[in-house]
Amino acid sequence: MAFPLLLPTWAMIGIFLLLPVILMAIYSFLTKEFRGGVVWEFSLAAYDQFFVNRGLFGDEPATLEWTYIGIFWRSIWQAIVATTICLLIGFPTAWFIATRAPTTRGVWLFLITIPYWVNLLIRTVSLKFLIRDNGPLNEFLMGLGVIDSPLPLVNTNLAVQLGLFYSYLPFMVLPIYAAVERYDFAYSEAAADLYASRWVIMREIIMPIVKPGIIAGCILVFVPSLGAFLAPDLLGGAKTFMIGSLIEEQFRGSLGNWPFGAAVSMILMSLVLMALLFYARSMAREGTR
Amino acid sequence: MKRLAFATALLATPAFADGELKIYHWFDYIPQELVDKFTAETGIAVTIDTYDSNEAMLASLKAGKMGQYDVAVPGDYMVQIMGNEGLLDSFAPTDLSNFGNIDPKWVDVPFDPGRKSSIPYQWGSTAFSVNRDVYKGDIDTLAIVFDPPAELSGKINALDSQGEVLALGSMYLGMPQCNSDRTQLKALSDMLLNAKTHWASFGSDTAKDVLVSGDAAAGMIYNGFSARARAEGANVEYAYPKEGFVVWMDNVVLLKDAPNRDNALKFMNFLLVPENAAAVTNHAAYTSGVMGVEPFLDDAIKNSPENNPPASAPAGEFIAVCDEPTQKLYDAIWTNLKK
Repeated sequence: MAFPLLLPTWAMIGIFLLLPVILMAIYSFLTKEFRGGVVWEFSLAAYDQFFVNRGLFGDEPATLEWTYIGIFWRSIWQAIVATTICLLIGFPTAWFIATRAPTTRGVWLFLITIPYWVNLLIRTVSLKFLIRDNGPLNEFLMGLGVIDSPLPLVNTNLAVQLGLFYSYLPFMVLPIYAAVERYDFAYSEAAADLYASRWVIMREIIMPIVKPGIIAGCILVFVPSLGAFLAPDLLGGAKTFMIGSLIEEQFRGSLGNWPFGAAVSMILMSLVLMALLFYARSMAREGTR
Repeated sequence: MKRLAFATALLATPAFADGELKIYHWFDYIPQELVDKFTAETGIAVTIDTYDSNEAMLASLKAGKMGQYDVAVPGDYMVQIMGNEGLLDSFAPTDLSNFGNIDPKWVDVPFDPGRKSSIPYQWGSTAFSVNRDVYKGDIDTLAIVFDPPAELSGKINALDSQGEVLALGSMYLGMPQCNSDRTQLKALSDMLLNAKTHWASFGSDTAKDVLVSGDAAAGMIYNGFSARARAEGANVEYAYPKEGFVVWMDNVVLLKDAPNRDNALKFMNFLLVPENAAAVTNHAAYTSGVMGVEPFLDDAIKNSPENNPPASAPAGEFIAVCDEPTQKLYDAIWTNLKK
């Protein structure tokens, strides 16, 4: 009986999740058509291009290709930094909100979400206005006499990090808030009565309880940061490819190599999937401990 | 029930009895008043979908949108690519009563000899502009963007477009386009990698804004876009460099399997009327390919330095369409430049 009731769910997962991924997987093994499109012939050329280097013009002996691994590494590192910053700022923020009186928590959450009613593109461009050489931030600092010449912020990695942090902060705050809110502070009091130090209370009692919230927040920030291209393009100056812009260029740009774009997407997805599986397994092991 | 029947009737009846026209066009490139004028004259209802790059348009047409649009507005090299891919329908010059209005120099164009599938829309050039408050020296050389003076180093925006950057780079080094000489291409690649150390950013849509805001003191840009930067208060001068510059032309093409072929031809004919062509130019600030538009042009556009190259300027070059093996080499240079 349960099966027909769940049918819409299965159909949803099948049509909107599995089918596109399967299509992408198939495309990554097809032959590229010149200037976009695919020829329906099996080919490993896309994966070959990713992993094998034959020199700038493809006529040298084959070695391991570092170009795309480098692009992946840069994107992954950037996502790790963004996630760390979001966690460092997001955790105290969530803690602060969750420990307010229940009547005022709603107001704080409301304030956190207000900027996110505005489109991501517009928020990113606004950030650029704020930090540019003759923008308000630099004018203010120069007016105070803190600096003599404008801080070069636009078109730097710092600006990209700022953009990612600003874009994804609520994805960190909200799950942690949900976890902390459920925490019963009577546990802390009980532990303190038994002479536990504040550090021990934090490590042994609070952390295990809010950990799922922290991990959910980290995943929610890390995954979109990895594929982000608005912040790198607009704030970082688009001088180097990120995973997101590399894929975009294969489909919409002049490179027009659909199988390669599909292959890069598949490799990215496999990496993320492996990380998530690893996490799920370690959680399961902890659950049985 | 009655209401439902009424709604069905509304949906079933076209809003205009005289048919419709589906245009696939660049974003913000045709004034709405001109579209309204076409509808008023012909009774044809017009629907416009937009795109933001030639490549994006080609990708979406190839991904299954052929047969949904009557006309599109590709750039020169893209007309040739679409023709090679069999995406274009053709017409006879006699199908358009205003065909004779096309400036003769734009009839036998390399990307569509004799204009069998396309008519000129607007044309212009791509070079670069310099903020004259920052740099006051000579700017008639591509060295300004590829080997810049100290004042401009680190303050240059490059177009985020492979075709234009590599074509301008080739001109700077005096190489032909679609070159397959590996040694020369290696030199081109090295020159660009070195030039990139002087660049602040890559951006095409943002090319005007970075000049107006002062984020960049110089930048590769299209001539009409630079005119708009100047109109918005930036003290920028557009250069016609001595080594050469890119000329481009956007064209209205008749798409294969156009659902409303006759209406598409009416629209193309309409755009060849000087007054209508001038309306587009007044909006976009480029140059029309139709003769007799001058009386209808705004003075600011007719006399703008961006649209009137100095006598000493060399002839511009269209971006060439390379064959697949050659294009692969240029793709490699571009990917390497941005890795």
